[in-house]
Amino acid sequence: MSTATIASQQDTPSLKARLLGTPSVGPLLVLVAFCIIFALTNPRFLATQNISIILQQTVIIGTLAIGQTLVILTAGIDLAVGAICVLGTIVAGKLVNLGYDPVFSMGFAILLCTGAGLAAGSLIAGLRLPPFIVTLGILGILTAALRLISEGGAFPVRDPFLAWTGNTMKVGGFVLTYGILIMLALYGFVWYLLNQTKWGRHVYAIGNNPEAARLVGIPVRRHLLSVYLLAGFIYGIAAWLALGRIPNADPNAMQTANLDSITAVVIGGTSLFGGRGGLIGTLIGALIVGVLRNGLTLAGIDPLWQDLVTGILVIIAVALDQMSRRRN
Amino acid sequence: MSADSMTRDATDASSRVVLEARNVVKTYGHVTALDGVDFELRAGEILAVVGDNGAGKSTLIKALTGAVHPTSGEILLDGAPVHFKGPLDARHAGIETVYQDLAMAPALDIASNLFLGRELRCEGVMGSVFRRLDKKRMREEARRAMSELKFRLPSIGNAVEALSGGQRQGVAVARAALFARKLVIMDEPTAALGVRETGQVLELIRSIRERGLAVVLISHNMPNVFEIADRIHIMRLGRRAAVVTPQSHSMNDVVAIMTGAVAA
Ligand SMILES: Nc1ncnc2c1ncn2[C@@H]1O[C@H](COP(=O)(O)OP(=O)(O)O)[C@@H](O)[C@H]1O
Ligand SMILES: [Mg+2]
Repeated sequence: MSTATIASQQDTPSLKARLLGTPSVGPLLVLVAFCIIFALTNPRFLATQNISIILQQTVIIGTLAIGQTLVILTAGIDLAVGAICVLGTIVAGKLVNLGYDPVFSMGFAILLCTGAGLAAGSLIAGLRLPPFIVTLGILGILTAALRLISEGGAFPVRDPFLAWTGNTMKVGGFVLTYGILIMLALYGFVWYLLNQTKWGRHVYAIGNNPEAARLVGIPVRRHLLSVYLLAGFIYGIAAWLALGRIPNADPNAMQTANLDSITAVVIGGTSLFGGRGGLIGTLIGALIVGVLRNGLTLAGIDPLWQDLVTGILVIIAVALDQMSRRRN
Repeated sequence: MSADSMTRDATDASSRVVLEARNVVKTYGHVTALDGVDFELRAGEILAVVGDNGAGKSTLIKALTGAVHPTSGEILLDGAPVHFKGPLDARHAGIETVYQDLAMAPALDIASNLFLGRELRCEGVMGSVFRRLDKKRMREEARRAMSELKFRLPSIGNAVEALSGGQRQGVAVARAALFARKLVIMDEPTAALGVRETGQVLELIRSIRERGLAVVLISHNMPNVFEIADRIHIMRLGRRAAVVTPQSHSMNDVVAIMTGAVAA
């Protein structure tokens, strides 16, 4: 009798428990701390124009990090993010330059990126190969193939539709590109999938305990396949956003996209061991990377130091994750 | 007269047989895990399955739930032969299993784990078009199930990894109880628990029986078995050596039959 009342009293956890249990609170505090430091040292940092620039600089990594989050939540890792995105820019650019319809070209490029995700997923889920190796292999294959297709060099892509995501609109003094809005819409959509649907629940379950997921009847392999497929599609959208920022298709671009997207995910509090974390953290993580690079640039500090600070942040984040797991 | 046939005469002949195995054999290459075992579970009873290591308890349970396919023999549910292709088939038929490693996602909360793989969606368009989970209803149902089973837990919103071993076991058992329509099978549910937690889980098993479900309990713990079981199925060398009751036999008798010191 008394047990029933105890169970019903605390149906939802207290605010404190919820804050402590929410992995994105830590990253948010870090983001705010960086903003305060940069704002105090440089008044230009908080100018609306600079904030717009930070957002624009965050768009591509921020979008790639959505797919990376999905993959990492299943206890995988995606080292082909940058390569798949570059595949999108080169194919779309090449087709448009050959005279194909721009909407068709971009659509076809996004489809190819989705196909690349599907290929990775098939090898990982179907043949049970480790994600690390599979995506590393795809990275190698794509990099070589793209250099062949583009004959080694970058080429300009001048098409209003492919560049459309770089167009701007003014919202209360802020200059926002359509790319920023598309990125935010993708965050909203995937957040909904992860947090409000069975599909998302099962992503977490598989990352947590794949054997348990199988025993309760979740089709684990098919589910993994759908994760890599969606990730590939998102990398394709990121290719469109990339063409909106720089109207150039470059086979050598995005060399740091792997590290940067993983950084955003990990700093955002998602565990590399899978099953813990979420997209809000990733958005904050991507912003931390953006703010850091921007703030250090404004302070006139050599870009090398930016990589160094980012690297330190990743290691701290992974160490915190590891420690919290040991405690459990 | 064998202990087997003696207890058959002694128990209420009117109680229906829910799950039955007849002459089931399972071989792995040269190893015979089950050597023509019979099994009989009656409606509303707690049947303990005991036996030495390697006697074939786990294999028997796996054969009953479709996790392994018998080499020969028959399995009947409510009197009708069944051929489960996998554990999911058995679940659809109303049989729930509590696995020894509990099959939980530790970072997800209690309600999510209770409904794992069987999540509820919202009614109306939100559910059918937007595929939205009905988290509120799942929490409510989870809370109701736990209080019906009189199992004491902190918040339903807690992650399973924040629970003690006994509480986790409670969640796993409650999940089985919540969804089972015919029977619940448990593999060593108290093996890793302290005295107080063991008591709580035994209490849970009794509440499941009160709900009218039959329970199969695999256990090494003789005092537990004698405390809770209606009948005891003793495995030896891949066969049923005897079925006894806690009233008809002592713990020493059961151990003697298990080890073959006494022919049943
Ligand atoms: N997958 C398997 N492959 C080979 N032998 C097995 C397998 N599973 C069980 N056995 C053998 O079958 C016998 C019964 O095992 P098991 O059912 O696990 O016994 P128990 O659960 O009573 O300890 C043992 O001799 C065991 O070694
Ligand atoms: Mg066993």
